[in-house]
Amino acid sequence: MMDATGFLIIGNGEAAPMSELPAVPFEILREALAAAVNSGIRLSALPVFQPEGGGPLRMVCVLAFPDIGKFGLLAADLADTFPSLTPICPAAHWFEREIAEQWGLVPEGHPWLKPIRFEAPRRPHPKGVEAPAIGQTEFFNIGGDESHEVAVGPVHAGVIEPGHFRFLCHGETVHHLEISLGYQHRGVEAAMTGGPGPRSIHYMETLAGDTTIGHTTAYSRMVEALTGVRAPARAEAIRAVAAELERMANHIGDLGALAGDVGFLPTQNYCGRIRGDVLNLTATLCGNRFGRGLVKPAGVAWNMDEEMIADISRRLLAVQKDVTGAVTLMFDTPSVLARFEHTGALDAETARRVGLVGVAARACGLTCDARRGFPYGMYRLAQLPISTWHSGDCFARAYVRWLETRASMDYVLDLLKTLPADPVSREPGQLAADHLAVSLVEGWRGEICHVAATDTAGRFTFYKVVDPSFHNWLGLALALRGQQISDFPLCNKSFNLSYCGHDL
Amino acid sequence: MFRILKTRLDQKYRTMAYPAGPPPELPARFAGRPVIATGCGSECLLCQAACPTGAVTMTETGSPAIDMGRCLFCRACEAACPEGKIRFSGEHRLAACLPGDLIVSPESSGIANARNEVAAKFFSRSLKLRQVSAGGCNACEADCNVLSTPAWDMGRFGIQFVASPRHADGLLITGPVTENMRLALEKTYAAVPEPKIVIAVGACAISGGPYIDHAAQNNGAGGLVPVDLSIPGCPPHPLSILDGLLRFLGRI
Repeated sequence: MMDATGFLIIGNGEAAPMSELPAVPFEILREALAAAVNSGIRLSALPVFQPEGGGPLRMVCVLAFPDIGKFGLLAADLADTFPSLTPICPAAHWFEREIAEQWGLVPEGHPWLKPIRFEAPRRPHPKGVEAPAIGQTEFFNIGGDESHEVAVGPVHAGVIEPGHFRFLCHGETVHHLEISLGYQHRGVEAAMTGGPGPRSIHYMETLAGDTTIGHTTAYSRMVEALTGVRAPARAEAIRAVAAELERMANHIGDLGALAGDVGFLPTQNYCGRIRGDVLNLTATLCGNRFGRGLVKPAGVAWNMDEEMIADISRRLLAVQKDVTGAVTLMFDTPSVLARFEHTGALDAETARRVGLVGVAARACGLTCDARRGFPYGMYRLAQLPISTWHSGDCFARAYVRWLETRASMDYVLDLLKTLPADPVSREPGQLAADHLAVSLVEGWRGEICHVAATDTAGRFTFYKVVDPSFHNWLGLALALRGQQISDFPLCNKSFNLSYCGHDL
Repeated sequence: MFRILKTRLDQKYRTMAYPAGPPPELPARFAGRPVIATGCGSECLLCQAACPTGAVTMTETGSPAIDMGRCLFCRACEAACPEGKIRFSGEHRLAACLPGDLIVSPESSGIANARNEVAAKFFSRSLKLRQVSAGGCNACEADCNVLSTPAWDMGRFGIQFVASPRHADGLLITGPVTENMRLALEKTYAAVPEPKIVIAVGACAISGGPYIDHAAQNNGAGGLVPVDLSIPGCPPHPLSILDGLLRFLGRI
């Protein structure tokens, strides 16, 4: 469907023929994007691909229209240099760096054009420029009396994924934090091209291992959009149970870790253990604590019988009691609040302009949640609250996690009483040729956007993954401005972004 | 203050009795060590074709063998076998010192040796590990982290993750070792004082896992640093990791 604004309008998890994707001159795309972001529409993804049969590279601008809960798509062919979109849409900042790195194109006028992953380019550079080795790039500098820089990583002091952080400081004050990633790059997107194959689902399971349900659900819904074979209702319900268990486990773990970062050990210890209890519920469902092997295209691999439903409900009630005690203890402790409040604050306008998603955005008061705004699967039948807070600081990011944990527990306990009837899977079909689709899922960190297109043989021409971390790393950098380095662990944990989800 | 004490009482004592007592019960759907029945005379090779990582090979006797170092425990081979010769058991003891001991066939017997003489001699009562995630997806990392929580409490055995390689007795590596982490891993290894040990946790760190033969990674840590213990899984259950560490140190 094409609307008056010139965009191809498609729903979440709907496919459209490639021939319906409007291709316009780049200047028109740029103007349309500027008009859209000025009216509160968000940039969700910006894939670039090589069309079948050669020719210029093509950019697809994927915009999320919150009022109608649909996507607007617009394409343009790219020259080797093009006017940068970032000055008119700061949320394009990271996307354009990605495009420049992968394809050797130059968005002219980009404020800080440098690699984000240090990955092998997707094609030989038009001017023969060699790709730099990891970390070999320019960084911001700071000069003058009492100014200094602190470099940390890639190997960190905890059991945590690798990334490189540079703090630019004057005295005790951090003026800016520059984040340089790419250490986790495994080549997922390139390996998905030409798929789906036997490993596709496993790439999705391990894309960001703590978001297995989120990414496998986004992928499965993508395949379902392109094959036209939908998952049965009971499978959608089981996916929702697993997705909310994933959200709870991670949020509870984060609340505990936040307590640990301000030295409040009781809640740290209790939540560390309770998080494991939630992971064990997922393991009861599918045998694996992270939900490996559960979600697959056109269904789920495991069903639940009455005995399992009763068992999980009973154990979840125990979790509810334990976690309520552990977390309210933390939020009722003044010394904890004194560290959480006003630390790492972002305002709503900044969050909107840089395109934050998920918990970090809702903690600034933005009401974005794909479960409500772009409902899919079981969430079309549910009215989960959008949990927001207004202060944009570490407290807000902690408190939104707690509000969401409570809502998820209530929702799962309710849903388990009313699961739809069997079956839980169907036989997946063949992917339609020459189609494209967008699949949006609200993972526990925020929106997960997958965009893919198929060629004439029904194989993926490209498979674009946008993990919520891709949008949010810049938010962490901005949150640290004016703080002290000692606030970094707390701020970092309050975002808790994925390195591998970003690096792909 | 009273509230903290009351909450402490409400949360109870949670550290498990294992290894003195029984290990925690694993869920019925848990996929542990595969069991391959003898007498596969078929040449259908469906199990081999179904495996996403090339973990299934055929032995000289015509039976399938599964390399747990490559295995994602996804059960695809189990589902593919028309004769039901492959089954994933609830056995959590998966760790092995020698890569060859990770291969399960109808002829292989029992649980592999995981005891390391250097570790048992020097580190049996105090093992400090520097964890290096080198392309790990944060699942192996999370289930290593969980061993420090009260329920598992591996500090009971003197095992602890430390913040610097200079303080460490060895490395615990996760991830397929991305090309972008290779130098960092080599430098971290060099910074650990001798005698030192290396433990690879998860299919990625042992073989590359789902990323085997991708250009952006190194098919695990084994080609870059000497690996003394491999703990298979995707990710391994915390019980498999703890069992591997304790047997490595000769504690059980």
